[in-house]
Amino acid sequence: MSQVSQDEFDATSIRCRDVTVAFDHQSIAVDRVNLDVRRGEIVSLIGPSGCGKTTLLRALAGLQSLASGEVRLSPPAITSEGQIGFVFQQPALLPWATTLQNVMLPLELIGHTNRDDRRLAAIESLHAVKLADAHEKRPHELSGGMQMRASIARALVTNPSILLLDEPFAALDDMLRSDLGRLLLDLWERRRFTAVMVTHNIGESILLSHRIAVMRRGVIETVVENPLAWPRSPSQMRTPEFAAFYGEMADALRGRENESSILSDGGAD
Amino acid sequence: MNPYDIEKSVSDGPEPNRDDAASGLKDRLGATVATAVGWAPAVIVAGIALLVWQFVAVAFELPRALLPRPAEVWQAALENRIVLLKAFASTGIAATSGLLTAICIGSLISVAFSQSRAIRVAFFPYVIFLQTVPIVAITPLLIIWSGYQFRTVVIVTVIICLFPIVNSVTAGLITIDRQWADLFSLYGTGRVKTLLRLRIPAAIPNLVLGAKTSSGLAVIGAIVAEFFVGNGTAYEGLGSLMASWQAFLKTAALIAAVFTSTLLGLILFGLVDVVSRTLLRRWMNVSGTLPK
Repeated sequence: MSQVSQDEFDATSIRCRDVTVAFDHQSIAVDRVNLDVRRGEIVSLIGPSGCGKTTLLRALAGLQSLASGEVRLSPPAITSEGQIGFVFQQPALLPWATTLQNVMLPLELIGHTNRDDRRLAAIESLHAVKLADAHEKRPHELSGGMQMRASIARALVTNPSILLLDEPFAALDDMLRSDLGRLLLDLWERRRFTAVMVTHNIGESILLSHRIAVMRRGVIETVVENPLAWPRSPSQMRTPEFAAFYGEMADALRGRENESSILSDGGAD
Repeated sequence: MNPYDIEKSVSDGPEPNRDDAASGLKDRLGATVATAVGWAPAVIVAGIALLVWQFVAVAFELPRALLPRPAEVWQAALENRIVLLKAFASTGIAATSGLLTAICIGSLISVAFSQSRAIRVAFFPYVIFLQTVPIVAITPLLIIWSGYQFRTVVIVTVIICLFPIVNSVTAGLITIDRQWADLFSLYGTGRVKTLLRLRIPAAIPNLVLGAKTSSGLAVIGAIVAEFFVGNGTAYEGLGSLMASWQAFLKTAALIAAVFTSTLLGLILFGLVDVVSRTLLRRWMNVSGTLPK
């Protein structure tokens, strides 16, 4: 492993070195992964089901213990400051609490004692995701898209420098997907957080990220620079540039799938 | 609208106009009719059962001590109404006290179980023991220890009610959605805060489920205990009445007492159901089913 200078690390928000996660001391879910995510960068993790994307994401968040290797965050993660926001696959809102209470929850958990401050921050966060008039509604009164917006508002309420997203739009229809993709771009333009997003969707990964890491069988096989220009908008999905890169990514994924299915020993997936 | 104006956004919603009020009344009326129609088959079955009962008793000329006619049971109920009513109240109070005590003790035991696997492994077999031990067998023992009194009836009721509550609530406290658990871990939430803000609220539907199961058992427990406790003491519940009427072969009155105890069981179950529905409104989604 090459020695990295302090300056270089300062520009890096997340650094994974030889990260290995094993379940039951034998089945290896993530195998010696190295990945650097630069400050303010969005990286998509893409790959087939069961390839270890979510496990790697949980490891980045400190929710998964490592068999070996290390995850370093810059600045170092202090859980009590809510430096990391996490958007789960499901909205995972507490059904007994109102939308506002759900969004206030992270602030309460990290020990913000002033209720008015918490409330104000939660209202701002809901406003940012365009849910300003759903404060007192309970999760079951919100549509799927609104629940996911509330979930994003909850992840952003602590003003995190790192946002981790685990297939956040997987359960939504195409229209909502596109809306929420636009919302995420809009939020990133304003807040410039570092983000790692797990997705199955090639189009989504191209539209929303700077780089795309292709994962397979617990290993990052390649990290591709995304040539699409910034600022991004869903209209770019109709450009020849987008189509060309989409084809390239699809070929890369398919090629690797074929290659590994030939070499496959019928393992993890 | 100013997005910060929460008061406005809240008050916008529930202001009903006259049309809403009228349609609300119509809805309620519709719901009442639907409930009545829903109960109709059960009422018809009860009517048929009464007719069959009457027919069997008359056609086979069964002695009244063996099977009195429905009208005679009704007559016996009317004649003994004061005694039955008092016994109904005594058993009702004993069953309710036992159920409430079991809910409190059971919830505390479940919290202890949820906090330590060691405690769970060490003590859960003894909670199962409470479920498997024949209640008729231990009641005499409890009477020796606690005496012929109301307290013993409550203790027996607590024992019979405890298992469903501990079983259900412990499961609710332990089985937490992984994403919720991750959310709380992400912000470094301690054990106590996680218990108070996540595990306990998430286990409320399980508590309700356990309480509903136990509400039926509570009346059974109280009546079984009264069979032993009630004879010749100041305390007289439905079980004590049944024991003495059985001894004197007052079959019609005995059947009236059986119906009274069934009614008590239904009322207690209904009360727990109403309380739980009110309590659970915020846990329920629109279709009225419990969210995961």
